[in-house]
Formats: sequence, structure tokens, C-alpha cells
Amino acid sequence: MEIFGIPSALLGSQLLIGLINGSFYAILSLGLAIIFGLLNIINFAHGAQYMMGAFIAWLALTKFGINYWVALIATPIIVGAFGVFLERTMLRKLYKLDHLYGLLLTFGIALIIEGIFRDQFGISGQSYDVPELLAGGVSLGFMFLPIYRGWIIVAALTVCFGTWFMIEKTKLGAYLRAGTENPQMVQALGINVPLLITFTYGYGVALAAFAGVLAAPVFQVNPLMGSHLIIVVFAVVVIGGMGSIMGSIVTGLGLGLIEGLTKVFYPEASSVIVFVIMVIVLLVRPAGLFGRT
Amino acid sequence: MTHKKLLTVACAAAFVTLSAGVQAQYSGNVVKIGVLTDLSGTYSDLAGSGAVVATQMAIDDFIAKEKPAFKIEMVSSDHQNKADIAANKAREWFEREGVDTATELVTTSTALAVMKIAKEKDRIALINGAASTPITNEQCNDVSVHYTYDTYALSNGTAKAVTQQGGKTWFFLTADYAFGHALEKDATAVITANGGKVLGSVAHPFPGSDFSSFLLQAQASGAQVIGLANAGADTTNAIKQAAEFGITPKQSLAGLLMFITDIHSLGLKPTQGMYLTTGFYWDRNDETRAWSKRFFDKQKRMPTMVQAGQYSSIYHYLQAVKAAGTDDTGKVMAAMKKTPINDFFAKNGVIRADGRMVHDMYLVQVKKPADSKYPWDYYTIRQTIPADQAFQPLSQSRCPLVKK
Repeated sequence: MEIFGIPSALLGSQLLIGLINGSFYAILSLGLAIIFGLLNIINFAHGAQYMMGAFIAWLALTKFGINYWVALIATPIIVGAFGVFLERTMLRKLYKLDHLYGLLLTFGIALIIEGIFRDQFGISGQSYDVPELLAGGVSLGFMFLPIYRGWIIVAALTVCFGTWFMIEKTKLGAYLRAGTENPQMVQALGINVPLLITFTYGYGVALAAFAGVLAAPVFQVNPLMGSHLIIVVFAVVVIGGMGSIMGSIVTGLGLGLIEGLTKVFYPEASSVIVFVIMVIVLLVRPAGLFGRT
Repeated sequence: MTHKKLLTVACAAAFVTLSAGVQAQYSGNVVKIGVLTDLSGTYSDLAGSGAVVATQMAIDDFIAKEKPAFKIEMVSSDHQNKADIAANKAREWFEREGVDTATELVTTSTALAVMKIAKEKDRIALINGAASTPITNEQCNDVSVHYTYDTYALSNGTAKAVTQQGGKTWFFLTADYAFGHALEKDATAVITANGGKVLGSVAHPFPGSDFSSFLLQAQASGAQVIGLANAGADTTNAIKQAAEFGITPKQSLAGLLMFITDIHSLGLKPTQGMYLTTGFYWDRNDETRAWSKRFFDKQKRMPTMVQAGQYSSIYHYLQAVKAAGTDDTGKVMAAMKKTPINDFFAKNGVIRADGRMVHDMYLVQVKKPADSKYPWDYYTIRQTIPADQAFQPLSQSRCPLVKK
């Protein structure tokens, strides 16, 4: 059977791969959206923090023999702690200034981090093997699915919806949302808003590192792996609506699917399609698909 | 006494005139080499700081061995793989800093840009990292040398060997820019000439990271061989993901441009059995091993063909300057073309009228992990492709400088 001249098996497999890439977009744009929502900081260091996640997992395995599963938990905590340090020492001083200053600072931090890793490890990248438990693949009839790719979807969706639940349905989430709306009032009610902000930034950064560990067995672990991805992820956040939690998750997955289809029908456009959609969305709904005007 | 005094004065006068005469032969009394390369981006491992180290080694060795009468200086700069940055830097070097030759020049666009400025300012461009054939064809000029390798030699080596060994049907994953398309075009010509067939190709964005979509299209084509007409991280990611999706070993991969740093980064497990073409392998003989170990001591990595070629080209250039007794572009170029190159990198290498340095190339196969006995023991040399067959023959040249 063929759909638009493409065999349906090929189309099915491309949709699935689109969903896998969309999982990365979703988890990264979610972190960005949370940080922007509460801190009003456009975190340009997100790509570098994603790269740090992958690199620390690789270092842990090759230098200390720490396996994938431990790294999956420990790495986001380590990189998240680094985020907390950044927030406490630098970002904190910029909240009252224009967005642009936060963007410039985090962009500078990203360049420094990438420079350090490039200097230490070179540019060719390092290989991280798929953990034994998830090695191999299953035949789905229309394609051969590596088990690890299936795991990416499961892990990413679990973390994304877990985060959504925490923010939308729990008391901590309520404080966070209230802190975004009116920090002075929440502070007056006896809630430690600065601590909340620090925690939020650390959590957003930890999400990036989590995505980095997930990516390590799939892509070469390379100092520039984040900088290639981050621009697309920014477009995802803009399309979804800056700061919208559900918006970033749904848009991330959706754009992954659309990009996957573009790779079959017109591969040359696959790196541009996200930006074309961004332009259209901004013209029609300037606040993004899920944003509030 | 007076006679002796007269003689001394005469000698001194003669010496002063002579040395002044000699000094006037070298602009600014110094031969200045500018290494313009990618020091921070995708190609910084295969060229980059390693190329700067190789250049310095060539200068040091030349001074120690040849004891030249002129001074030699080196400057280096990061062109970030951008033609405009490369062009501006080269112009500044040539106009204000008295640089005599701009060299390395990885990525075709930067090489072509600097070649034009070198021609305009009558200086030399020694190209090692860039690969595309237009450098010595449509865009050739008489102040440029393309030294290490090119896309013709790569496809001629790898695509020919793989097709002749039974890989008759091909599908290309092509990086969507000039270099990728040039590589695909050159390889397609070789494949069809050897009785093979290209079933299709897909142009992927550069740089890419996820190749699974493209690999599945290649898988669906049913081709025996998937040709990777890309380089650097694109190639390594594609190889890694092909193994992940179970595409290899059912279909085989042919990396049309791979460096030893790529193999080192991926490891032997996903790359074993692959064929590739290279202008240099460190473990080929005693001479290559001796030089490469010295390089390793400084850089902590074995040299790529670009870095080895960089050393060889600079040494050859300095010898030509010494032989010509001047750093005048025309005379040095004539001396470089007149003298064959004989060192650890090339035996009887010759620079042709189109600027192409022709030398033996090597078809190598990546070893199985079990066969690799020591660090960087990665290749088995399957075939030495003689210089006269490795590169595009002058009869097919599109360079206006070639008289037919």
C-alpha cells in the first residue's frame, strides 16, 4: 500500500522516528518553558547543559565504571546543582533587567562550557554504548525498532507528564504558578520565593541533562551536540507559546512528527520546516499555539 | 700592511653588498607562513591545532637540517569554516603582515576564497584540508597547490574497490552542500564505470544529528551499499545509527571521506570491515611511524592525512624557497613544481600544472577489534593506488592552465 507515493511501511517508520525526535524536543523545550515561565530568563545555556548531561554520563562510564541507570539519575542531579550555582551567583542579579541580559549571560556561559569541553575532549565525539538491558531491537512488521529508541519515548513522556502533573496538580506547583503571577504577594504569604526560583532553574537544567543522558547512546557525545539542537528547541518553545508547560510538550512531539514526514517528502527542507511553521504561527497567533495573549 | 688592509676593506665591502643582496631577496627579511584553519569547529580534530603543530614541526626540522640563511615565522588563525572570515584574514596577512603563504585551509569554500586573494596579491596558497575537485579544475590558478587529497581520489579509491568487490547497487546519504554533491557526483561516475548502479540518494541537512529517517530510506531502497557522501560528525553519527537500526551488516556502508580521528572516535566495533581511502596512514612503514610518534608526543593523537600532508607541504615549500634563494611567488612556485617530493608522506610526488600534487593513495580496511593489537592500530592497507591512477588525469582537467 502506498500513501502519496510513499510505501506505508516507510511512512509508519518515519512517523515513529519523528515521535522519538519529538520526545527530545519536548523534554528540552519543557525545561526552557519552565525557566522562562518563572524566571523570565531565556536560558541559552540549555544546549550546553544538555551536552554536559551526555558528557558526564560518558565520563562516569569510562572513568569510573558507573553504569547507565545510575547516570540517568545522578547526572541530572549533578548538572542541576551546577544550574543552582549559576542561578545563585549570576542569574539572580539580572531578574530586574531586560530579558536580553539574561540571554546574553547564558549565551556566554554556553560558549565557555562548550569551549572547555572542546579543549578537553576534541570535536570528534565519544561513543557511549547502549546499555545491555536495552540493546537489540524488535521487528514491528513495518520497521525494525531498536529497543533503546522505544525506551526514549517512554522515559521522555513519563518525565514530561510527571513534570506537568507536578506543576499543574500539586501544592508545590501551585506555589510555583502563583510565584510566576505575583511574586510579591506570594512572598508576603510567607513562601520563600527566591528558593522556589533557584529550585525551578535547577530543575529546568536537570531536565536538559536528563535529555543529554538519554541521547548519549544514540548520538556521538560531542561538545557541539547541544548547539545544533538548541535553535530548533527555541522555535518549538515559541510555537508552543513562551512559558506554556503543556504547549511545549505537545508542540515538541508534534513538530518531531512533522519534521519526520518532511524527511520523506522533501528531505532538503527538513531543517527549515520548524522555522517555516514558527513564522506562520507567529503571524496568526503571536502568543504561540498554547500561549495566552 | 696596506695591502692587507685594502683586502680586508674590499672583502668587507663585498660581504656587505652580498648580504644586502641576499636580504633583499626575502620580503621583510623573513619567510612568513600563515596557518588558516578550523581551530574550534567540526574539522578542528582532523586539521585544527594538529595542523599548527605539524607546521611548527616542519619549520623546526627545516631550520635544524638545512640551516637556512633566512628567518622563518608562523602565524595561525581560526577561520571558523567561513569563507568571509578566511578571506578577510588572508587579505590582512598578505597586505599588512607580510605573510608569504596561507596554508591548510580546510573546507572548500574557505580554500576557494583564499586562492582568489592569493592570486590577487601574488602570494601562495597551500591547500591541505579542503577536498573538492574545483580547486584544481574550474577555479585553479598558478599560485595554489592542492596537496593532500581530493574528492576524485577518494571516490576513485573507495567506490571503485567496493563496486569491484560485488557492491553493485548503491544509495547515497549526501550532505546538502557543495562538497557532498561533488563527492556523490564523482563517486557515481566511478560506480557506473565499474558496472554498478546508483538506486537513489537523499540530501540531508548539514550538519545533521539524527540520520535514522534517511537510513531507513536507504534501507527501503534495497541497495547493497549505502554511500556516505558527508564528513565529520555527520559520518560518525550515520555509522553509529546504522548499526543501531540493524542496517549493517545486512547492507554495508562506504564512508567516502573518513579520517583516522573518526575511526578513533567511533571505535572499531561499528566501523570494522569498512573500506576507506587515505593519503597517509601512520603505521605504514618505519618512516611514517617515526614521524607520527614525534607528532603524537606533541598532540597526544596520531596524525590525520591532512596533518601529515601539512608538514610535508610546508617542508617542501621551505626547500623551494631555499633553492630559489627568494620568497618571490613565481620563482618559489616554479621551484616547487620542478622538484619532486620525497619524504615520509610522498614518494616521487609531483605538483602538476593545475596545482594538484599527485602521490600514492592507500585503500585501507578497518580492522576487527580482535585484530587491533595496540592503540591506534586501526587499518590494514589493502591496496596502494599509484599516483598516476589515484588522481584525475590531466587529460580530463577543466583547468585553463593545462595545455592540451
